[in-house]
This record gives sequence, C-alpha cells and structure tokens, in this order.
Amino acid sequence: MSFEEIKSLLANKFGAEVIAGEETGGLQSALLILPDLIAQVCLELRDNPSTYFDFLSCITAVDYGVEANRFGVVYHLASIPYKTQLTLKISRENNRDEADLPSFPSITSVYRAADWHEREQFDMLGIFFEGHPDLRRLLLPDDWEGYPLRKDYTTVDKYYKGIQID
Amino acid sequence: MEYTEALENYTRKIADAAVEDMVLNMGPQHPSTHGVLRLELITDGEIVKEVIPHIGYLHRCFEKHAESLTYQQTIPFTDRMDYLASMNNSHAFVMGVERMMGIDKDIPKRVEYIRVLVCELNRIASHLIAIGTYGIDIGAFTPFLWCFRDREHIMGMLEWASGSRMLYNYIWVGGLFYDLPVGFEERCREFIEYFKPKMVELNQLLTDNQVFISRTANVGVLPLDVAINYGCSGPMLRGSGLKWDLRRIDGYSVYPELEFDIPVGTGLMGSVGDCWDRYKVRVDEIEQSLLMIEQCLNRLQNELKRTADFDPRAKLPRKITPKAQDYYVRCEGAKGELGFYFMADGRSEIPTRVRARGPSFNNLSVLPELAKGVMIADLIAIVGSIDFVLGEVDR
Repeated sequence: MSFEEIKSLLANKFGAEVIAGEETGGLQSALLILPDLIAQVCLELRDNPSTYFDFLSCITAVDYGVEANRFGVVYHLASIPYKTQLTLKISRENNRDEADLPSFPSITSVYRAADWHEREQFDMLGIFFEGHPDLRRLLLPDDWEGYPLRKDYTTVDKYYKGIQID
Repeated sequence: MEYTEALENYTRKIADAAVEDMVLNMGPQHPSTHGVLRLELITDGEIVKEVIPHIGYLHRCFEKHAESLTYQQTIPFTDRMDYLASMNNSHAFVMGVERMMGIDKDIPKRVEYIRVLVCELNRIASHLIAIGTYGIDIGAFTPFLWCFRDREHIMGMLEWASGSRMLYNYIWVGGLFYDLPVGFEERCREFIEYFKPKMVELNQLLTDNQVFISRTANVGVLPLDVAINYGCSGPMLRGSGLKWDLRRIDGYSVYPELEFDIPVGTGLMGSVGDCWDRYKVRVDEIEQSLLMIEQCLNRLQNELKRTADFDPRAKLPRKITPKAQDYYVRCEGAKGELGFYFMADGRSEIPTRVRARGPSFNNLSVLPELAKGVMIADLIAIVGSIDFVLGEVDR
C-alpha cells in the first residue's frame, strides 16, 4: 500500500484531523499523527488486512531543541507480509519543567516491543507514556536525576553520591 | 507522584515476594548471563514465577556521543555496540550515511564485495561464540574450546586487514580503511578448507548430542506471533519458523548477487521455536556464510582483482553534511535487525539525533515472557539460546 493510500485509509477511519501533516522531502516519508490517537492508529495499521504493519522496529523520542520547546516521538513500523516500512511522528509543546513531563499515549497494548523502547525513552528524554504497565528507568539507576539526552542537560555536579567526578 | 508510581509498585512487589516466595539474583557477574546482565528471579522452589531483567550496566552513552561527533568519528563507537560482530555494525551505520548523502550507488564493486566478505567472516565469528558459549551453559566444555580455536583464525585474518582484533573501524563512509592485504584471499580460502570439516566435527559433538538435545528441545518455545509482537529478529525470529532475512528482503549492498539459503527452525527435535531450533539456525547460517564468502572470493580474485591504482579511499567525501532529513536504515546484523535512525539538519556535520536499534535489545525483552513457569536450569538454556551481547543491549 502506498503512502497516499495509507493516508486516505487513516483519514477515512478516524477523520481528516488525525493527520496533522506529512514530511516527504527526504528518502523516507513520515506521517504526522495527532498525539492522542497514536495507539488507535497503530492498532488499525497492525490489524487492517491491507496494511498489516505487525512489526515495530524502533521508537525514538526527540528533543527538538531548547528554543523550540517541543518534544516528539518517532515510530518505525514494518510490515512482514507486504515488506513495507512506515514512519509515524507525533509531537507536543512542553516547557521543559521536570514536574510536567511531555506525555503521550503508550502503544504497549499494540506492540509488546514498545515496552522496553518506551522505558528507555522515558529514561533518556523524560517522555511520559500514559498507560505503560511498568514505566521505570531502564538503563540508568532508579535514582538518577535529570534526562541525559535532552539538549539542555548538563552535568554540573562535582559529586555523585559522595563520589567525586573528575 | 505519577512519574514514580511504577517504581513504588516494583519495590512493593519485590518486598512482598521476599516474604512469600524467594527472590534470587542471577548476575550481574554470573558467567551464563554472557556479560553484565542482572536477572531478578521470583522463584517458588525450582520454578521461576517471574523474571525481571535489569540492564544498563554496560551503558556507554552511544546516542549522546553521536550527537556531539561527526558521522565519521562515530564509526568506532558503533564497533563497540555488538563487539562480537563489529563489521556488521559499521556496515549498517555507513550504509545509512551513504544513502543520506546519495553516494551509495557510486561505491566501487570491489569495496562492496570486501565489505560483505568481512561482514560474513565476522558473522561466523559471532555465531561461533554463540554456539560455544551455549554449549558451556548446558555443561559441554569441549565445543567452547573448539569454537574459540576456529574463531581465532577469523580474528587473525581481520586483524591482518584492519590492524585490530575485535574493534576494527575498517568500513568507512564512501570506502574502506585499506584494501585487503596481498594474499588475504588465498589465506581466506585456506581457512574455509580447514573450517568445513571442523563444522562436521562440531555437529557430531554438540548438535546431534542426545544430552544436548534433551536439554534444549521443547524448552523455551517461542511462538511466531509472540516473536513478531516483541520485535524479535534474526536467528530468534527465524528459529520460530519465519523466513525473514533483511539481506534478502531489502537486498542491500551486493547480497542480491549472491546465492544463499535462509535457514529456519523446523522443530526437528522438538517443537518449532524451541532452544534447539534457534541453535540450529545459527549452525546452518555459518554454512550459508561460508558459501557467500566463497562467492565473494571468486569475484575478488577474478573480475574484481586488485589493481595497482585501486584506492578504497578514492570516494571518501571530504565533508559529510547530508541534506536536512530523517532516515532509518536497517540491515541484518549477526543477531538480527540492526537499525540506525539519523536526524540531519542539513547545515552541520553533526547529526541532531541518532538512535541505535540493537537487535539484542528486542530479543532480550521477550525473556520475561519465555521464562514464565520454567525450571531454573531451563532458564540458563533459554538465556543462552537468545544470544545477546550486552554491549548492544545497553549501548
């Protein structure tokens, strides 16, 4: 199924407002999706017999820079029966306050592979995934402070738990 | 607080389990965890009720490094992800950058064939470790020594080509570090002649060994739908019976010109997708890799022969600044689908975001599902059959 056909399929199913835009300049086109509907969109793309995007390759959270104050998540889906790939993107503005993390729906109910991917992105960029069954830090220790892959992350501390950092 | 709720639930669960059942820590230094993986087991006698993996002991901030270095400078860091198959990692990374630059069609054929040759050699080395250490997990010591003996020949050859034993930095954007040394092809042929009978011996010793079969057949059965939903790939997915190999599906580099089969699990000894099937897929893949290496050598010694004026660095771009775009590249690493996602802004030589999708990361995430209700001894067999490298899980 081509990119345009997928777009119209989603627009028919969820209404035209589900597609917030598209990026077609590069080698791979991406669909920008309304953040609140991402889990339903993934479920539809996975189960619809004409798309069957049954394989979640990767989830990437993105910090769009200190001035933009915008966080996003990029989903790379693949279809094993049709041998196709698709990129979905969602994004939302956020003021970078650590008490108010950017929040997106979790897609663990659709792809179990999303479990660890979402935990890692929560760990590294502080994206909160609503409805995730076990959203703990994955790679860093549980008591780590801050989110290292954010663009404004700095390690000013000279000490970590009383141990001097050179 | 909403953000720490999961952590509190987890702490409570472990505290409760410590009263009713037994909490057992496997790792991070246990030899059968193949690196620094810690598995927290909630056990009821000999039965594993639940497994909670803890990873991150080998986290080296690959993605943060890649955001502050140029593409060429990042290649040595990719080597350190799956350090048993470094060539495959840098091949995937380099392919992605070349496609973004639009120079992937200009790479000389000889360079592409050398890349595939060294990648397949490295894949054999990686599978040899998987097989050998799997034997030692189950209690067979000899295959481990045999596999390491044969792997040493590959390490020696790759050291000859690149100057390094494990972390090569050999494949560069637009070309190679150096051409193959004179005599490499002949040495490689000698190795294949030496190695083929060794595989027969290894099969006699381990693959058809009744003790080994009893420990692995019908253990850790991974159904195909679960494997797909968890994002498993490589021998893990093929062991569950699906012919899915990105070398065929995407047909990148010169793989469309090579003839090879895709081995899948058939449930010969037990049921489809058990530990023995995953093991057997790796054994069969070694034979297919040998076939591919022979085909590469045939080309490299005939129509793509080394010439005095051939320079593998001729196509190296001076400055790597791809157009502003996002690109996700995937290829078949030794453990499965290896992906890199780049976000380039079009102005800088440094990407704004790089994400690495390690196949081991997804393959390992299925472990809590596989290990539910098994015996502790079987858990060792399951962990070994996944064949993960922690360098790639933690990055």
